[in-house]
Amino acid sequence: MKAKIHVTLKQGILDPQGKAIEHALDSLGFKNTSNVRVGKYMEVDVNETDKAKADAAVKAMCEKLLANTIVEEYRYELQ
Amino acid sequence: MKIGVVVFPGSNCDHDCQHVFKDVLGQYVEMIWHKETLLAGLDAIVLPGGFSYGDYLRTGAIAQFSPVMGAVKEFAKSGGMVLGICNGFQILLEAGLLPGAMLRNKSLHFICKDVSVKVENAATAFTGACESGQVLKIPIAHADGNYYTDPVTLAAMQANAQIVLRYCTPNGKVTPEANPNGSLDNIAGIINAEGNVLGMMPHPERCAEEVLGNDDGKLIFLSMLESLKGNKKQLKMMPA
Repeated sequence: MKAKIHVTLKQGILDPQGKAIEHALDSLGFKNTSNVRVGKYMEVDVNETDKAKADAAVKAMCEKLLANTIVEEYRYELQ
Repeated sequence: MKIGVVVFPGSNCDHDCQHVFKDVLGQYVEMIWHKETLLAGLDAIVLPGGFSYGDYLRTGAIAQFSPVMGAVKEFAKSGGMVLGICNGFQILLEAGLLPGAMLRNKSLHFICKDVSVKVENAATAFTGACESGQVLKIPIAHADGNYYTDPVTLAAMQANAQIVLRYCTPNGKVTPEANPNGSLDNIAGIINAEGNVLGMMPHPERCAEEVLGNDDGKLIFLSMLESLKGNKKQLKMMPA
């Protein structure tokens, strides 16, 4: 199964890259944008056919390595 | 004293740390490759600055699982003295040996310049040779030094005097303007509750001898040696 994982900074934690992009969008005339957040996107092939097992494995790898849960949150989908 | 300097792939301040302890302070230094799993006979361990594993994923994220880190954790848990400088500090955070996490500098810039830091706690094993409130001029060189932790942890650290170094003006005022990277509470260096693990973003090894025009950083290393000598005396005095 393929896991598609998104890691972003938690809401409430300053995202300087997001802010810089927000300013750039604004100066380009995109006045209707706000709250830009920058994150990471990862794809991982998990050699499991059982969805529950794959889910547990992806959750564990996010908690242990892929996200620093002090400042980041993660979400993923399995296909 | 026997000081271990850990070498990760991408460490680049390891030889500066070795130079200070060996050539400036006359100690025995052992360079420890990150594949090592046993650390024997060391009095202190330094995790040096650099870009371990290319800073991939997050600074220190992959280095925390290096084989040597298991032994470093054991060493720290048994009371051994561990100093993490810059990337070493980031690794200590990722490894959970110190609380909190590093965010990208608020300005997004990699900042390489001398900064002033105030010694907020001169009663630690890493700052004993400093005066309380003393201002040290030490260079920083990082892109991710914007320290963050949750309000509960911050309050506990403040109450325990675990915030050892804070960014300040040259005359010792801790102001937002003196904060180079957006770090919470102007934090430049923190110590664990047990007092044996210190992480700091500034590089004391880059200013530890007069020939460089600044030897403020030497105080950190001298403090460690003095503390280690004191510990040895104490151990000798303890009844068998």
